[in-house]
Amino acid sequence: MTGHPERAARFIELPQRAAWHDQSLWFVRARRDKAVRTLPEWESLREAAAAIKAHTVSRLADYLEEFERNATRLGVQVHWARDAHEHNEIVLKILRDHGVKRLVKSKSMLTEECHLNPHLEAQGIEVVDTDLGERIVQLAQEPPSHIVLPCIHKKKEEIGELFHEHLGTEAGASDPQYLTEAARGHLRDRFVKADAGLTGVNFAIASTGGFVVCTNEGNADLGASLPPLHIACMGIEKLIPGPEDLGVFLRLLARSATGQAITTYSSHFHGPRAGGELHVVLVDNGRSRVLGQDDFRRSLNCIRCGACMNTCPVYRRSGGHSYNAVVPGPIGSILEPARDPAKHASLPHACSLCGSCSDVCPVKINIHEQLLIWRRELAQQKLLPFSKRVAMSLTSAVFQRPWLYQWAGKLGRTALRLLPRFVVYNRLNPWGRQRELPPAPAQSFRERFKNRHVR
Amino acid sequence: MSADSRTTILSAVRKALVPTAPRPTPFSGGIQYPDPRQQFAEALQVVGGRCLRVGNLAEAHAALQAAGLLQPERRICSLVPDLVPPTFDLAEVSDPHTLEDIWLAVLPGEFAVAENAAIWLPTDRLRHRVVPFLTQHLVLVVPSREVVHNMHEAYQRLTGGTGRWESGVGFGVFLSGPSKTADIEQSLVIGAHGARSLHVVLCDG
Repeated sequence: MTGHPERAARFIELPQRAAWHDQSLWFVRARRDKAVRTLPEWESLREAAAAIKAHTVSRLADYLEEFERNATRLGVQVHWARDAHEHNEIVLKILRDHGVKRLVKSKSMLTEECHLNPHLEAQGIEVVDTDLGERIVQLAQEPPSHIVLPCIHKKKEEIGELFHEHLGTEAGASDPQYLTEAARGHLRDRFVKADAGLTGVNFAIASTGGFVVCTNEGNADLGASLPPLHIACMGIEKLIPGPEDLGVFLRLLARSATGQAITTYSSHFHGPRAGGELHVVLVDNGRSRVLGQDDFRRSLNCIRCGACMNTCPVYRRSGGHSYNAVVPGPIGSILEPARDPAKHASLPHACSLCGSCSDVCPVKINIHEQLLIWRRELAQQKLLPFSKRVAMSLTSAVFQRPWLYQWAGKLGRTALRLLPRFVVYNRLNPWGRQRELPPAPAQSFRERFKNRHVR
Repeated sequence: MSADSRTTILSAVRKALVPTAPRPTPFSGGIQYPDPRQQFAEALQVVGGRCLRVGNLAEAHAALQAAGLLQPERRICSLVPDLVPPTFDLAEVSDPHTLEDIWLAVLPGEFAVAENAAIWLPTDRLRHRVVPFLTQHLVLVVPSREVVHNMHEAYQRLTGGTGRWESGVGFGVFLSGPSKTADIEQSLVIGAHGARSLHVVLCDG
């Protein structure tokens, strides 16, 4: 099975493209910094958000019941799904009961996690992703490579080609304004023809039974306001106690995500509209298990802003697809192994432990610390690749024996000076593939320290 | 099946031994601006909208005229008839799909937020809540005394400090600027799905 290093190697085969990707994301990170500096209270907002989340998960069952009670009172139909399969079945049943043939969707990482689209398409339902970036990757038959910027990996020329093929735009056109206008026309048609709209949920409010959806394009609002049926899907960790908590989270979300002070539309749904139906699907899919793990519980704080991706030196240089995961990047490297450790065993190692992700995280998840803990977990579950296992046990053997450590150091210092190049730089030394080893020092630290005492 | 899953999930959540954490007191200490109206106007410009600070609606009418928005041969939906007369009666429209060709919507916003140029727009009085998203151009009218500094004050207004949804609004939106996307190579394009332009009239009168 290929892991992150092999997939990342494919991404960096085109160095210019990798550099372009790196810069695009750093640009977003820089915008975030600028937005953050406009608020003197930024750090207290992060503290407040983390405290609200810690409190909410400590009473999550109560808040879920409270949300259900209040939503039901407003006329919302609430459904519960233990796992992805049940979620997909519930959505399919609602759509079938209403004779839905065409569904418009706005962005929902949860439905990506559950692989809802293929499930519905197999039953003959047309599913159109309406966020521009998501529509682009849907047409390209690719998964999103970033949770906020789904097609950040694509060049405008490639998007132009895709639109030429699917939307009939002019061949060779690559002007973002022109392409967006074409998508607007194409998607408006889909909105008007849709029988139902599906959205994600950014925040669900226990004390009111309402929920909030944030977009810049207005696609969630069109999808939830034109057809008579609206389905909203959410993980159970999206709950917050009351509407006043929204002040904290809405101020953090867009600034962290794109450097905007707020998204263009922050829509508050409290009950179905007159003559329409509103369904909310609450999904567990492994979240209650993570809730019981002291080391990883805080990963449930995540509000899916993507700031950790934009800042991550590994993500920026290896691309979202190298993670082969619904949520890529630092937070994905925690969430995904929790779902399937064997499949995602390489992800916690796609990290230099620099800690930048934890510094920018608006809800103060200790991302890099959790990544380190995951490495230990994976080693205990015997999920490390052979090369890492051998290297680790060798290193461990040396570090446990001072005499062996001293001897190995001496050997290394001499050998690196004397050995011909091909013996040092070969397949057994992947580190040296793109880098030179530092020149071997004449003395070890121990020897220098001894001399210092003599003097 | 569904009741069963509900029980399973709730008992799994209850079984997880999560350390207790008290509910924090509501956040206080949000940013205050020396001139919130000025801050609002600047923030609106950043997000691609335009603020018209006027003494009365006649001034605003002239500005919208100059912007080329008042085209009576097109469909105009207005709940502020003193500013722009509507060309049709929204109350008589039963199917929202027939609103696809709305050119301009002129709607009252309840209040404005200085920090991020958001307008709170409850839609319950609109017969079709899709109007502000479907229209090509949007004008929101807000009394200039109704500007709060930050989002904490905004929610304080909406909840009355009770923790409940005091306004009772079924569907409301904080709307900040015209619809936009930067999905193609981070190039900002105004007018993704929703309105292509937004004017906010802050009116003293």
